[in-house]
Amino acid sequence: MDLAVFLVQCLNAIQYGLLLFLVASGLTLIFGILGIINLAHGSFYMIGAYLAYALAPWAAANVGGGFFVALGIGIVLSIAFGYVLEWAFVSYLYEREHLQQVLMTYGLILVLEELRSILAGDDVHGVAPPAWLAGTVPLGGVMTYAVYRLFMSGVCMAVALALYLVITRTRVGMAIRAGASNREMVQALGIDIRLLYRIVFAGGVALAVFAGMIAAPASSVYPGMGNQVLILSFVVVVIGGIGSVRGALTASLLVGFVDTFGKVFMPQIAGLLVYVLMAAILLWRPEGLFRTA
Amino acid sequence: MKLPRIAIPPAIGRLLKFWPLAAALVVLALFPHIGGGFYVDLVLTTMILAIFALSLELLVGGTGLVSFGHAAFFGIAAYATVLLSAKTDAPSLAWLLPPVLAIAAIAACVIGALCLRTRGIYFIMVTLAFAQMTYFVFHDTSLAGGSDGLYLYAKPRLAIGDVTLLDLGRPMTLYYATLGCLVVVYALLALIGRARFGQALAGIKSNEQRMRASGFSTYPYKLAAFTLAGALAGVAGFLHAVKDGFVNPEILAWHQSGAVLLTLILGGIGTLRGPVLGAFVFVLLKEVFQSEAVFGAFARHWQLPLGLAIIACVALMPNGVVALPARFRRLRMPIPHAG
Amino acid sequence: MRFRATVSRIGLVAALCAVASVASAQDRIKVGFMLPYTGTYAALGTAIENGFRLYVQERGGTLGGREIEYVKVDDESEPSKAVDNINKLIKRDNVDVVVGTVHSGVVMAMAKVAKETNTLLIDPNAGAGAVTGAMCAPNIFRSSFSNWQPAYAMGKVAGERGAKKVVTITWKYAAGDESVEGFKEGLKAGGGQVVKELTVPFPNVEFQALLTEIAATKPDAVYAFFAGGGAVKFVKDYAAAGLNKTIPLYGPGFLTDGTLEAQGASAQGMLTTLHYADGLDVPKDKAFRAEYEKAYRSAPDVYAVQGYDAAQMLGIGLDAVKGDVAKRDALVAAIEKARIDSPRGAFTLSKSHNPVQDIYLRKVVGTENRYQGVAVKSLADPAKGCSMK
Repeated sequence: MDLAVFLVQCLNAIQYGLLLFLVASGLTLIFGILGIINLAHGSFYMIGAYLAYALAPWAAANVGGGFFVALGIGIVLSIAFGYVLEWAFVSYLYEREHLQQVLMTYGLILVLEELRSILAGDDVHGVAPPAWLAGTVPLGGVMTYAVYRLFMSGVCMAVALALYLVITRTRVGMAIRAGASNREMVQALGIDIRLLYRIVFAGGVALAVFAGMIAAPASSVYPGMGNQVLILSFVVVVIGGIGSVRGALTASLLVGFVDTFGKVFMPQIAGLLVYVLMAAILLWRPEGLFRTA
Repeated sequence: MKLPRIAIPPAIGRLLKFWPLAAALVVLALFPHIGGGFYVDLVLTTMILAIFALSLELLVGGTGLVSFGHAAFFGIAAYATVLLSAKTDAPSLAWLLPPVLAIAAIAACVIGALCLRTRGIYFIMVTLAFAQMTYFVFHDTSLAGGSDGLYLYAKPRLAIGDVTLLDLGRPMTLYYATLGCLVVVYALLALIGRARFGQALAGIKSNEQRMRASGFSTYPYKLAAFTLAGALAGVAGFLHAVKDGFVNPEILAWHQSGAVLLTLILGGIGTLRGPVLGAFVFVLLKEVFQSEAVFGAFARHWQLPLGLAIIACVALMPNGVVALPARFRRLRMPIPHAG
Repeated sequence: MRFRATVSRIGLVAALCAVASVASAQDRIKVGFMLPYTGTYAALGTAIENGFRLYVQERGGTLGGREIEYVKVDDESEPSKAVDNINKLIKRDNVDVVVGTVHSGVVMAMAKVAKETNTLLIDPNAGAGAVTGAMCAPNIFRSSFSNWQPAYAMGKVAGERGAKKVVTITWKYAAGDESVEGFKEGLKAGGGQVVKELTVPFPNVEFQALLTEIAATKPDAVYAFFAGGGAVKFVKDYAAAGLNKTIPLYGPGFLTDGTLEAQGASAQGMLTTLHYADGLDVPKDKAFRAEYEKAYRSAPDVYAVQGYDAAQMLGIGLDAVKGDVAKRDALVAAIEKARIDSPRGAFTLSKSHNPVQDIYLRKVVGTENRYQGVAVKSLADPAKGCSMK
C-alpha cells in the first residue's frame, strides 16, 4: 500500500469515525448523566435521515440557504421531540434497573421502526446534497473524494468543539458535569435536576437526529439503518468511558481506524475486530479509557 | 365464601404446592394428542425457548449477573451440533450430545473468565461484545457457511446395536425428548437453588461485597454459574438445531439475547416458573400480533403492538406474569381500619 | 382431524382461535405468500404480491376454475425464522401452494421444507442456485432467475467490451458468491479475467475503504452485486470517488432496479444485464404496465413481473388439471412444458424448473433502465447438482 493510498484510507477512517462520534456523543451524555441505557438511539439517527428526505424537496425549492434551514428545522423538531419523549417515557426509566431500561427502549425501537414504516413506507431513498457541496476533489491521482464527505467531517469537528465548549465553559455544562458526579448534591444546591435531565436528553436526541440528517446525502435512507449505527455507538461509548465526550471522540476514531484498515487487510475478520478491541480495552481498563469522576 | 378447613398432613401439603406445575406437565404431555401439527411445533419451539430462558435465569435471577450475550452459547451449541454431525448417516445421540454440551460449557468458561472481571453495566456490555464476536465468527468467516447458514442432513438417534431407542427425526420423539429436557433442567435448577451452591449465588446477588468481606471467594462461584448456564443454553441450542435442521448466524445476534432477556422479565425473574411462563407469553404475543385474522391488513405492522406490549409489560409488570396472582391477592385484601 | 384442530384451538388460547378459524371453503385454492413485508426488502415483497394478484384478477379471481384465497406470512428476510414461518403456511394454514421469497438464505430453508413435505413452491425472486440446483425437486419452480444468469451475461458483455482485468465486489453471502462465479465464467468466455474479489459482510454498507482499494488496483472495469439500500449507496459512493469516470461499473440489473430515483446522477449511463428492461418492444409488457399502473398507481418493476409470472405458471398448472391440486404430477408436467407469455418476453422452463430466458443489456437513462439489445439469448442456468437434468 503506497503512501497516497494509505493517506486516503486514513481520511476514510477519520471521516467514518467522526460521524460515529456525532451519534455516540449523544449516547454517552444520556448514558453518563441520566444513567439510562437507550437502545433506541439508533432509531433517532434513522429519524434524522428520513427527516432529511422529507424536508429535501422543500429545501431544494428554497435555494441557497435551503439546506441549512432544513437542518435548523430538523434540530428544532428533534429537540422538541426529545423533550416530549423524556417527559412522556424516559423519565419513568430513571429509577429502574438496567435490564428494564434495556427492554423498554428495545420496545421503543420496534415502535419507532413501525411508525416509520407506516408514515414513510419501506422504500429506499436518496437525498441529494446541496449543489454547492456536490462536487469532488482529486486526491493525488488515486481517486477523487466527495466534497460533501469533507464537509461532513468538518461539521462533526465543529460540533465536537461546540460540545466541548458548552460542557466546560458554560453554566449548563457545569451543571451537567456536576450532575454526572453527584446527583443529590446538585439538587441540594437548588438546581432543578429534572429540567437538566430533560435538556441533556433532548440534546442527545438532537445530536443523533442531526447526525442522521447530515449523513443522509452520503448514505442512503432505508429501513433498518439505525441498527448498525446503534451497536457501534455502544461499542464507542463503552470503550471511551461512559459519560466522557472526550472518550467518545477517541474511541470513535479508534473504531474508525480499526474498521477501515481491518476491511482492507483482513476482510474476513474485520467485523469482529471492533469487538475484539472493545473486549481488550475493557479487560485492561474495566471502565473505559476516560472514566468520568 | 370460606372453605371449610380440612386437616392436611404436612407432607401432602408440601406436595400439593406443586399442583400447578404438575397440571402444566400433564397438559404439555398430552398436548400432541389433542393438537394439530402446527401447534405442536409451536409448543415445541416454546419449550426450547423455555429451556434457554431457564439457563439465563440461573445467571440473572440466581446470581444477579445480567448477560446480554447468552445467545452466543445457544448458537455455539447449535452450530456444533451441525458441524459435528456426519453428512450421511444419522449421527448417534450418545456421541453427539456430550461433546456439544462440552463445547458450550468450555466456551462459557473461557468467555466468562474474561467477562467476570468487569461489573455492572460494563459486564452487560462486555457480554454483548463477546456475543457479537461469536456472531461475526460465524457470519463473516467461511468456518460454517457464513450468513447463509448450514444444514443438518440427518437428525440424531440413540441406538444400541441395531435397535433404535430414540429417533429424534420423528416429531413425537423430539417433542417428548424436549419435554424431558425441560423437566430435567427445571429440576436441576430447583435442586441447585436449594443447595449450598445456589445459596452462595443468592448471597452474591444480594450483596457481593458482604460475601467477599466475610472471606468468601465469589469469582469461582460466578464462573461456575456462568459455565453451567452456558451448558444449559447449549441443551436448548442442540434441540433447536435438531428441530429446524438448519442453523444460521442470526441465532447468535444480539436480538436473540435481547429476546431471551425479555422472556425472563415477562415471566418473572427470581422464580423458575417465570421463564417457562414467559416463553409461552412471548410466543403467544408474537403469534397474536402477526395474525391476520385478528388484525387484518394491519398485521404487517405487528412490531408496533409488540413494541408497545413490551413497554407496557416491563413498565406495569416489572416482576412478570408470575407475580400477578400475588398482586391480585393484595388488591383483594381487606384494608385494615384503625380502631 | 377436525376434532383435533378444534380442541387445539380451545386448548392453546382463545386468541389463537382467531388465527386458525379462517374458514377454508372446499372450492377455494389457498395461496400462501411468504414474503418480506418488513425490513430492507419490504418494497420488493409488496411488488411481487401485487404482480401475482394482478394476474389472478385478470382471470377474474379464479385459476383452473377455482377461486384463489390468500394467506400471508412476513418472513422478515430472516433465515433463522424461515423454517418456522413456512411451517405456519404449510401446517397451520394448510396452503396448497407457497409463493416466496426474496432473500436467498430464506428460500433455502423453504426449499428444504417444501421438499420434505412435498408442498408446491414457486420462487418469485430469490436467485439461490441450489433451489434449481442441488435442492431441485418436481414440486419446486422458479419464475425469476438464478444469480448465475444475469451475471454470466454481464461477464460476456464486459469481456466483449474489452475488459481484461476486472475487480469484483459484493456482499459475502450465497447470492453474492454465485453472482461473482457467473460473472467470472462469462468474462472468461469474453476474453478477460477477474484479478481481485472484494467482499463486504452482509448487510454492511461502508464501502469507502474498498473503493480506495479499487482505485489503487486500477482495473479495466468493476463488477458489483448489491441490491436495495446497498445498491443505492454503492453506486453513489462509486461516483463520489470519481471512479465512474475512469473505470466502468457493471452489474446485474439489481444494481439499478428500483433504485434510480435514489441514485440520481450517479447511475447515469451505467450498463447492466437483466431479464427485464424498460422500453421492451413486447406487446405483453405494454399491456402489463398499463394494467399495473391502473391497479396500483405506480410503475411495475422486475419483481412485479416475476410475481405476475409466478401466478401465470400456477394458472397454467391449475388449468391443466382443472383445479384439482391432488393431481400433482399432471400439474407439474403442464408447467414444465409451458411457454409462459411474460411481460419480459416469452420464456420456457429448464429441466430444473428455472426460466430459460433472454438476458437484456440495459443502460440507465434518466430514471429508466433502457433496453439496448439482447446480451445473451435463451440463457439456461447450468443447474449444478440437480438430479432432474
